[in-house]
Amino acid sequence: MTQFTFVDILTNLLWASRWTVLLSLAAFAGGGLLALGLLFAAIGRARWPGRLARLYVEIFQGTPLLMQLFLAFFGLGLLGIDVSPWLAACAALILWSAAFLVEIWRGCVMAIGRGQWEASAALGMGYAAQMRHVVLPQALRLAVPPTVGFSVQVVKGTALTSIIGFLELTKAGTVLSNASFQPFTVFGLVALIYFALCFPLSVGARRLERKLNVAH
Amino acid sequence: MTYSFDFGWLASYWPVFAAGVAMTLQLIVIGGLLGIALGIACAWARSLGPRWLGTPVAVYVELIRNTPFLIQLFFIFFGLPALGLRLGEVQAATLAMVINLGAYAAEIIRAGIEATPRGQFEAGASLAMSRIQTFRHVVLVPALERIWPALASQVVIVMLGSAVVSQIAVEDLTFAANFAQSRSFRAFEAYAVSTVIYLGLAIALRAALMRLGGLIFPAPETAR
Repeated sequence: MTQFTFVDILTNLLWASRWTVLLSLAAFAGGGLLALGLLFAAIGRARWPGRLARLYVEIFQGTPLLMQLFLAFFGLGLLGIDVSPWLAACAALILWSAAFLVEIWRGCVMAIGRGQWEASAALGMGYAAQMRHVVLPQALRLAVPPTVGFSVQVVKGTALTSIIGFLELTKAGTVLSNASFQPFTVFGLVALIYFALCFPLSVGARRLERKLNVAH
Repeated sequence: MTYSFDFGWLASYWPVFAAGVAMTLQLIVIGGLLGIALGIACAWARSLGPRWLGTPVAVYVELIRNTPFLIQLFFIFFGLPALGLRLGEVQAATLAMVINLGAYAAEIIRAGIEATPRGQFEAGASLAMSRIQTFRHVVLVPALERIWPALASQVVIVMLGSAVVSQIAVEDLTFAANFAQSRSFRAFEAYAVSTVIYLGLAIALRAALMRLGGLIFPAPETAR
């Protein structure tokens, strides 16, 4: 029987965390793009796109990410697509993070005062010009700290993909724990690796927020 | 390949789903109450308590907020028996939820406490209130009132997050879906139905918490 040393466990876990990082990046980038599309529906003047965007947010924020993963995994299969856990994990995490990002960004756009809209309208700007030159540049500054903060949720969210069989950090942890009979060490290390990934992001978000508050 | 959806068979599984909903609700009611209590204690320790207590509490809060709930659950259920603490799966799930919510609630409540104007502490002291009385009546209740919507959202998030406790064989709503799909091989329908139930639970829990907030913190009388 193979004996697992502490170093074996640690190197295996670190090697598996690259999938956690890759999946987080893919989910965050894809979710960001989708959220950008939804954002224009959410803040636009047309009624129905706005309602649909709100419904989207309500559904994805009001149901467990685990269920979304299961539905992506089994639902994509029903569409005749050959689903790998990686594909299902990406799809579900992108849809899920978009719902949170669009809410965060919508809040930032809403935080731009009425006066800004009125002033730019008085300067004869149309909706597109107002958005491009006045509202979005200011909203973007407000949006950076909470967006960085949300990236922590994405990294933590990837842990659930282990349940549909995607081999990332958590899955490596359960496999190693079963093989080595050292659950305390294994899950302790897994937690520390997640912490090492997430804590800098949390601190960064907090610093950015403080900087923004000083500037205002 | 064509697949025809069939939800009819699920009807015979309703007792399993009902038991699952009951377990999910049990977990969030107990976990929610104890978690908020822990959050209040930690918020006090970090904002008004002695430093020797504030630092370890800060470490606890950061550790929990920067690791996934699933790992916290696995650590408690699989890891702690190595230290001689062996918990049943429902106990482990409840403990994990309390610890998880406690950390988030601590940060939310602390924000409410720190928004208390300084003069209110002094006003409490000048009314000959003890420090504990001041904390309870002058600081805590208005702080909770300020942050109640955020706290309610966090409780809903923890309820939705509790879907993973099925991984340590707690028989919650997700467990019911797993059970039904393993018998029928109709996974999509089983998960779709439980997703809709979760959505209903989330909406109902949020409404109930906001209602509760209205009862605990009645609107001030106009004369005041």
